[in-house]
Amino acid sequence: MRAWLLLLPFIGLLWVPIYNRTTPALLGFPFFYWYQLAWVPVSSLITWFVWRGQRH
Amino acid sequence: MSPTIDWTALVIFLCCFALVTVMGFLAAGWKRGATPAHLDEWGLGGRQFGTWVTWFLVGGDFYTAYTVIAVPALVYAVGAYGFFALPYTIIVYPIVFLLMPRLWTVAHRAGHVTAADVVHGRYDWRPLELAIAITGVVATMPYIALQLIGMQVVIKALGLSGELPLIAAFLVLAVYTYSSGLRAPALIAFVKDIMIYIVVLAAVAIIPVKLGGYGAVFAAADAFFTAKGGATGLILTPGQMLPFATLALGSALAAFMYPHTLTGIFASASAETIRKNAILLPAYTLLLGLIALLGYMAHAAGIVVSTPSDVVPVLFRSLFPGWFAGFALAAIAVGALVPAAVMSIGAANLFTRNFWKAYVDPAITPSGEAAVAKLASLGVKLGALACILLLPTQFAIDLQLLGGLWILQTFPSVVLGQYAGFFRAPALLLGWATGFFGGSAVVWMDGLKPIHTLVIGGAHYTIYVGLLALAANVAVASAASALLGLGGSARR
Repeated sequence: MRAWLLLLPFIGLLWVPIYNRTTPALLGFPFFYWYQLAWVPVSSLITWFVWRGQRH
Repeated sequence: MSPTIDWTALVIFLCCFALVTVMGFLAAGWKRGATPAHLDEWGLGGRQFGTWVTWFLVGGDFYTAYTVIAVPALVYAVGAYGFFALPYTIIVYPIVFLLMPRLWTVAHRAGHVTAADVVHGRYDWRPLELAIAITGVVATMPYIALQLIGMQVVIKALGLSGELPLIAAFLVLAVYTYSSGLRAPALIAFVKDIMIYIVVLAAVAIIPVKLGGYGAVFAAADAFFTAKGGATGLILTPGQMLPFATLALGSALAAFMYPHTLTGIFASASAETIRKNAILLPAYTLLLGLIALLGYMAHAAGIVVSTPSDVVPVLFRSLFPGWFAGFALAAIAVGALVPAAVMSIGAANLFTRNFWKAYVDPAITPSGEAAVAKLASLGVKLGALACILLLPTQFAIDLQLLGGLWILQTFPSVVLGQYAGFFRAPALLLGWATGFFGGSAVVWMDGLKPIHTLVIGGAHYTIYVGLLALAANVAVASAASALLGLGGSARR
């Protein structure tokens, strides 16, 4: 059941203590910011993966 | 501050505005259906928008002009806490992917135009339908008013004074929405979104170079918050984490209950269109994250404003050449037109289908519905304009805050009802009333704050009130449904 993977963005983003810090920074971005921005493509890829699984 | 008129910026701005006005009127003939005088045509663009049109339309209407103004303003003022918009607009898409195709299918099969239609189709009980429809309209009105505030900020930044430019812009919008319906914002959304992408990509590429790189931008913001006393900063304080997470979750659950977002869903050609968009729409979220950073760039540029909502226009005018500042401000103003148009259409559809047809003229024809909805869209827009001109700005902002809480209370009836068979209509109405009035009362007593602190066993939990109200709503609706089930009353 690939659909359960859609829970990952909720866990990764709503469990705030795991990313509420400044280090390690990336390209000048504190961790808090690049971590959340990184979730945008990751969440999109997870949704694509679930969608592809439904079609086959 | 009262900026002088920059004529280059103003001319570019007026050209962009003229272009979208012409497009708005020409849109009436775009992808025209066989029966133009039908609410499906005016109010849903013929239910035929494919993946790309839907991507531009929903992107253009969900990420509003007010977002472009208010999110950086909040980040400028309070730092990390203002970034809750980012998790919110990421987790909203798994929710759309899971829930909206089903809602589309139900609406498509039965010819539903609004959320209240869906509820009526499911329960065939007018009082619940009316509650859902009224909630949609009252939550949308202040949202339209906020789009006007976004335009006002831009017009002020161009150096124009007085209310006339705003009234003129809005009347133009009202007239082409009247004549073209949903096709107008759908077509204008292409221009709006491309303009916004250009502006933001230019801003995030050029501004940090001028200010010494992203490291310097974050350092400047950090210095600002430290100097202010450190109550807020580059990361959340322990007490801000729960409000941050609950605001994100509550906003994400509410997002696609609004009439303007649901209109975009129902106008799609297929359930598959919606699934693909749940994968593609996060591109706008990336954009939003970058827009939010404009708040920090303003600190690095040494910009000091008394009203945080002026941050973005002032930043653009101080760092961009005149012609590009005009283009950027036009992008925001055009950005206000798309959501304002879709919101007024969504509210007009509700008025027509769930009030006029339900109570005034049950025998109305589809072309009669279109005629009523067109007039209603004018009324809705004039009402929002009057609010902005006659009432204090803060009034619209406070109402929009409550609007999020209100629209969230329709979630059990509109969405959960599609999945859980055991809910009864009177129980859902009771749950809705509990969440709507109880939540509003809590926000009111807390001095119009969206978060409320609960003390459980000596520990403090600060949570978004909308989510608390939703929990109460679902609990009451479930308990009352169970009681009605025990009583063995007629099944609704």
